[in-house]
Amino acid sequence: MAQLTYREAVARGIAQEMNRDERVVLIGEDIAGAGGVFKTTVGLLEQFGPRRVLDTPISEQAILGAAMGAAMTGLRPIAEIMFSDFFAVCWDIVVNQMAKTRYMTNGQVSIPLVVKSGNGGGLRFGAQHSQSIENWAMAVPGLKVVTPSCPEDVVGLMAAAVRSDDPVLFFEHKGLYASRGEVPDGPIEDVLGKAKIRRSGEHATIAALGMMVPRAVEAAERLAAQGISCEVIDVRSLIPLDAQTILDSVGRTGRLFTVEENPRALGWGAEIASIVGDEGFWDLDGPIVRITTPHVPLPSADSLEDLVIPSVDRIVAEVEKAMQA
Amino acid sequence: MTTEASRGAEAPPELVQLLTPEGERVEHPDYDIDLTPEDIRSLYRDLVLVRRIDLEAVALQRQGELGIWASLLGQEAAQIGSGRALTDVDMAFPTYREHGVAWCRDVDPVKLLGLFRGVNHGGWDPKEHNFHLYTIVIGSQTLHAVGYAMGIQRDDASAATIAYFGDGATSQGDVNESFIWASVFNAPIVFFCQNNQWAISEPLEKQSRIPLYRRASGFGFPGIRVDGNDVFACLAVTRKALEAARTGQGPTLIEAFTYRMGAHTTTDDPTRYRVASELEAWKLKDPIERVKAYLFKNEQADQAFFDAVDGEAAQLGADLRRRCLAMPDPEPLAIFDHVYSESHALMDQERAQFAAYLEGFAK
Ligand SMILES: Cc1ncc(C[n+]2csc(CCOP(=O)(O)OP(=O)(O)O)c2C)c(N)n1
Ligand SMILES: [Mg+2]
Repeated sequence: MAQLTYREAVARGIAQEMNRDERVVLIGEDIAGAGGVFKTTVGLLEQFGPRRVLDTPISEQAILGAAMGAAMTGLRPIAEIMFSDFFAVCWDIVVNQMAKTRYMTNGQVSIPLVVKSGNGGGLRFGAQHSQSIENWAMAVPGLKVVTPSCPEDVVGLMAAAVRSDDPVLFFEHKGLYASRGEVPDGPIEDVLGKAKIRRSGEHATIAALGMMVPRAVEAAERLAAQGISCEVIDVRSLIPLDAQTILDSVGRTGRLFTVEENPRALGWGAEIASIVGDEGFWDLDGPIVRITTPHVPLPSADSLEDLVIPSVDRIVAEVEKAMQA
Repeated sequence: MTTEASRGAEAPPELVQLLTPEGERVEHPDYDIDLTPEDIRSLYRDLVLVRRIDLEAVALQRQGELGIWASLLGQEAAQIGSGRALTDVDMAFPTYREHGVAWCRDVDPVKLLGLFRGVNHGGWDPKEHNFHLYTIVIGSQTLHAVGYAMGIQRDDASAATIAYFGDGATSQGDVNESFIWASVFNAPIVFFCQNNQWAISEPLEKQSRIPLYRRASGFGFPGIRVDGNDVFACLAVTRKALEAARTGQGPTLIEAFTYRMGAHTTTDDPTRYRVASELEAWKLKDPIERVKAYLFKNEQADQAFFDAVDGEAAQLGADLRRRCLAMPDPEPLAIFDHVYSESHALMDQERAQFAAYLEGFAK
């Protein structure tokens, strides 16, 4: 067991896969000598050399377009888009190209490609460098979408993403990079499409993703002190989505809360609410409550950014209010 | 590097320079400029004051008063030279580093700090100053600038547009597309590229095999490299390019050859990726020292003048610091302001929910 930061776990996961499979290459801006602007790729250039760890020109369309082409040659690229907001710069490649190539070629061409990216807010990066865009990605058939919330999952899900024959968007939460956790020694494997119960409880289910997971766990601790026992589920993977774990939990608790960092309209929680409304309706003892960022761009002001992104306080307040109603 | 061999086949890059690093005035056949001693003292003052604003901002960041800051250190001449070439009606589209251009556009320096202090998204009115908000998504502003240029082309021949960007930005599709559009539509625009040799940790070799100004010829308009640490040359070259734009001769690409003396931003540590000797070499080309040397040598300014400018700079710095610390935090419900031009049900509902939630703390 080692204590690693989330950012160190990213490098560890990539190194594990690069060691295992020499077809894995890493490309992006400032990822080589500088070790990534978020320091998630430190040491990889030294370990694997410039043939496998390449700094590119600042051209996001070309980074993903070329990564996709390279994937067609049998390489298994990991490409970095520095801030997930910049997916908007190269969205054609993601949506029209990599997501649809297998389908449009009748399965002849697969695109085994991981796009890793710093996602999410809370770091004072303003409206264009802080968005949680996993729900944009979730809306595109052909993509897999994962968001680890702790260092061990970072390594395991990175491994699963690299081994997937489909393009995977791997969202690292910028607000978690400095967080620490235990990571077992030796190779770690995980699977895409499996949620995890982070804390068991009886009265309510809270489904959360990314940085909202530790906040939901902390909120659950505080709610427990008031006699409200919450089960916290780390959704981890949006596509494939493990709705069953959530449905089973709601079957036990009768209440569902989602904690989403994305703006409200069409956040991933809306999809889960719809599934639970559909398949778990008779288990529900009250309305499903979505705790989200309001439908506004992320403010640059520190105080306002803290206000809009669901905080432990707000999660506690919303759950209390709904459970008392 | 292997690229040296292929570069050798081309003529060496030419550089427009009117003032050497030693402060000697040199002539250039195409770019001359008539500057009175008064003009030169004024440029000197601009250079010193914007360096001071920048230093103060770096210090504020180091003390935890700003979240981040992108220093312009070393690029003062490129920014003041080009910025002072603009007329009031010209429109400028900056990146995040154009504090010197902001100064030339009369933007109150404290307004530059709001974004980086985390109290607003940039506190100036772009229309009032003809200076757009800082653009941080690399390259986007070049397209906005071309569109703006095409707009004014229809109704106001006496204005031009200038788009600022860095060497790294030249690898963006946006920038290349903006070149094509400007060329095809003969838009009244000047592309002002500050080649400061670095894009975060990536040296110019990661973006281009040829000198950047030569890219212009492939798009069908003139490109020129100017000594970006020479404020006279930057002023002369930009003036001429703006004049060409205004008189229907279309776009120009100016590559201001300069150096980022500081870190990319205050979160970056350049010692990880570049050698100290490079910095030392560029220190000798300082944009301010050469103007000072010129003024001294030609007896166009005395010690009292330099002391007065230094005094003004110190006061500006202190004033900036005081006003930065006094910037208020916004009202919480301001998060719902200006998201749409008019409110709608989801917005009203969420505003009410947040008001109730905040009310809860008051109790
Ligand atoms: C579309 C996009 N890609 C990447 C980034 C991250 N980034 C911010 S500044 C920068 C380097 C830009 O270099 P350059 O254009 O030379 O400008 P300089 O910072 O040197 O002034 C990068 C890659 C960004 N902000 N936007
Ligand atoms: Mg640069």
